[in-house]
Amino acid sequence: MTIRFKTFGAAALLAGSLHALPAFAETTINAVMQAPLRTLDPILSTAQIVRTHGFMVFDTLLGMDAKYNPKPQMADYAVSDDKLTYTLTLRDGLKWHDGTPVTAEDCVASLKRWAANDGAGRTMMAHVASIEASSDKVLVIKLAKPFGQVLELLAKPSPVPPFMMPKRLAETPAGKQITEMVGSGPFKFVAAEYRPGDQAVYVKNADYKPRSEPMSWTAGGKVVNVDKVVWKAMPDMQTSINALQSGDVDLIEQVTIDLLPLLKANDEIKTDAINALGSQVTGRFNHRLPPFDNPKVRQAAMYALDQEQLMQTAIGDSQYYKLCASDYGCDVPLASDAGSEYLKGSAKERMAKAKELLKASGYDGTPVLMMQPTDLTILSTQPIVAAERLREAGFKVDVAAMDWATLQSRKNSTQPVAQGGWNMLFTYWGVAGIWNPTVHALLDGSGSDTAWSGWPRSARVEELRNAYLTAATLDDQKKIAKEIQQIAYDEGFYFNAGEFQAVAAWRTKLKNLQPGPLTLFWGVSK
Amino acid sequence: MASYFLRRLLMAIPVMFFVALFVFLLLRLTPGDPAQAIAGDQATPAQLEAIRENLGLDKPLANQFATWLGGMAGGDFGHSLISQRPVLEMIGQRIGPTLALAVMAMIFTVVISLPLGVLAAWRHGGMVDRFVMALSVVGFSVPIFVIGYVLIAVFAVDLKWFPVQGYKPLAEGFGPFIHRILLPGLALSTFYIALVSRMTRASMLEVLREDYVRTARAKGLGERIVLFRHALRNAAIPILTVVGTGFAMMVSGVVVTETVFNIPGLGRLVIDGVLARDYPLIQAIILLTAGAYVLINLLIDLSYALSDPRIRYQ
Repeated sequence: MTIRFKTFGAAALLAGSLHALPAFAETTINAVMQAPLRTLDPILSTAQIVRTHGFMVFDTLLGMDAKYNPKPQMADYAVSDDKLTYTLTLRDGLKWHDGTPVTAEDCVASLKRWAANDGAGRTMMAHVASIEASSDKVLVIKLAKPFGQVLELLAKPSPVPPFMMPKRLAETPAGKQITEMVGSGPFKFVAAEYRPGDQAVYVKNADYKPRSEPMSWTAGGKVVNVDKVVWKAMPDMQTSINALQSGDVDLIEQVTIDLLPLLKANDEIKTDAINALGSQVTGRFNHRLPPFDNPKVRQAAMYALDQEQLMQTAIGDSQYYKLCASDYGCDVPLASDAGSEYLKGSAKERMAKAKELLKASGYDGTPVLMMQPTDLTILSTQPIVAAERLREAGFKVDVAAMDWATLQSRKNSTQPVAQGGWNMLFTYWGVAGIWNPTVHALLDGSGSDTAWSGWPRSARVEELRNAYLTAATLDDQKKIAKEIQQIAYDEGFYFNAGEFQAVAAWRTKLKNLQPGPLTLFWGVSK
Repeated sequence: MASYFLRRLLMAIPVMFFVALFVFLLLRLTPGDPAQAIAGDQATPAQLEAIRENLGLDKPLANQFATWLGGMAGGDFGHSLISQRPVLEMIGQRIGPTLALAVMAMIFTVVISLPLGVLAAWRHGGMVDRFVMALSVVGFSVPIFVIGYVLIAVFAVDLKWFPVQGYKPLAEGFGPFIHRILLPGLALSTFYIALVSRMTRASMLEVLREDYVRTARAKGLGERIVLFRHALRNAAIPILTVVGTGFAMMVSGVVVTETVFNIPGLGRLVIDGVLARDYPLIQAIILLTAGAYVLINLLIDLSYALSDPRIRYQ
């Protein structure tokens, strides 16, 4: 009787404990991302957070590996001997999140939508004779004239990667956002739990079939090891840090550098740069308005500005920034020291040169209107420091404080300063979006209204950029990129103010966080 | 009373119209471009133009205003330019946390400040009075974000009694809800505790000098009855006004508390909307807030009659 009672008791306890357990232990990564997700269309938006969202939900035909090589992702590819025909064959088992199969027709429509919205895509389309689906699984890109960047552009991770989506979404009219998140990527977007600007939720796409190759950046197998990823927006960094320390969140994508010491004392938290590519801070001159319509004045300004001072003020800790001349990023294949004479020597020596050049330029005292975004921490200090350096060189400078939204709108103005124009602004670019002359918007020398604000004009740069598109070897590409960079320095296209690393912080229970051109949520486990 | 109520509601219509017109024009005069917020920093002028056209921002302002008013007449406050979601749905997602926070703060305010104010007036000039006044100076002077951080550091980080951030709706259980709303509610209430306790003290001091209070004491009523039934009730009108408008101010001014405690409420939605120049969203929130102010003021006026039988509305 006693034994029976004990057995019954044990069975009841076991049943009770089993009942208390959930049906399965759901693994969730809670992450505070660098910006809130307010829009969802990764083709229409160039914002970094929307791009990361794009890589969660959508997939690309090709991926970019850690050695900057395009690799098969949704499709394998073959290139004809004359390099005018690219045949892409979709791999087996690809499905959209609504369960329908991915077809070549969908991909053709997606490529057309991408090309209409991306600068480099438009350049590619100018060389394309046709993009057609030759069967359900095969699409063919035929070029009208040689263009050496097709594979690189299909694999590019930034600023607008060519994400694939169903044809019905890809045919959305120009200028209209897609709001239905149906991709074929490793995660599914949970629309019901989305709160714009506050929370975005993704669940593992059980139908996703990763490639067999090991993951490398956006190439290789995208193996998802967690059930759910929740992005939370926390506008206050101290709150984010409290949440990470208490275990409410697992990852902060970008920690303010001066708060890092708070985390370094905690042995359950790691901090490091997981975004393998940094971001370049750039000081852009408006070439259409005085005083920067004069190349000699721009040159004086180039000598007056100082990379180290700008980085020290904005980032502080030299562990997290790099100083280099390369306009394409400090550690990319096209990096070179062309133009480094503008950065060599002490700040004092360069200031003396700046004063001399400014005097010789015939500068008439026209004030420089420097726009300063007050609500964007990473860019709020550079205009102040730059203005002081320019004043010391002999410029008159007015710093106009405004919010980022106003600055973004005002930078498009081609009017005189008194009517809402501007002379100089600072912004920053992820290296993945500037690593060659085709994608680098600030090296556009067309001077046209469609170019990115600042509108420098150089026929030679345009000639070189066109030559780059057909360059046969990496050495040829390097040579061309170097010459463009030298002209960009001499002509004062913009001031390269150095490169900083975004530092992430995460709880040590997150394993296998992989470096990449963006924060990757595949490969990681918890 | 009913006709008074109806008349006040009708008077609100022109008020709301002018609020709508003012907000609409103010936003359009503010520099910034929603198309740029959608497309990001690297969009070309042609892309921006296509987005503007798609959103109807290229149409004359009068057309845009008429379309918005027409939509609202049919109960449609429009869609967010940025997220493309109905603005009422977005507000609906966010109003719950803000109301919960404001109600919790108001409970703290009433429960703490009324006894403090009465006590200070009763012991006018004494230690208790000075202590209450000193507390109110602290409540007025220390910014909410400092109070929030101190509460988090002490009660969440050190003692671990409360979570450091976040919000759980009541639907997920009273326990988790109250666990997460107590600290932010307390942080938000400090200013209002200071305000209402001072107002209660001042109002009570005036009333305590009245003849009817002396009479009440003379006829041998207990001090508690004198204070709370006779004095406080007569001192209630200015207190009700402050509590009522304070609640409206809380709802429309919780952004700092929401940010410090990471509560996904209306305050953060407004800031997001302003930064992205999301016109329909900001317009809807401001209009609804203005409507709430009008309604709360009306309710305050009506409540006067409940506390003072001499007041009658016709």
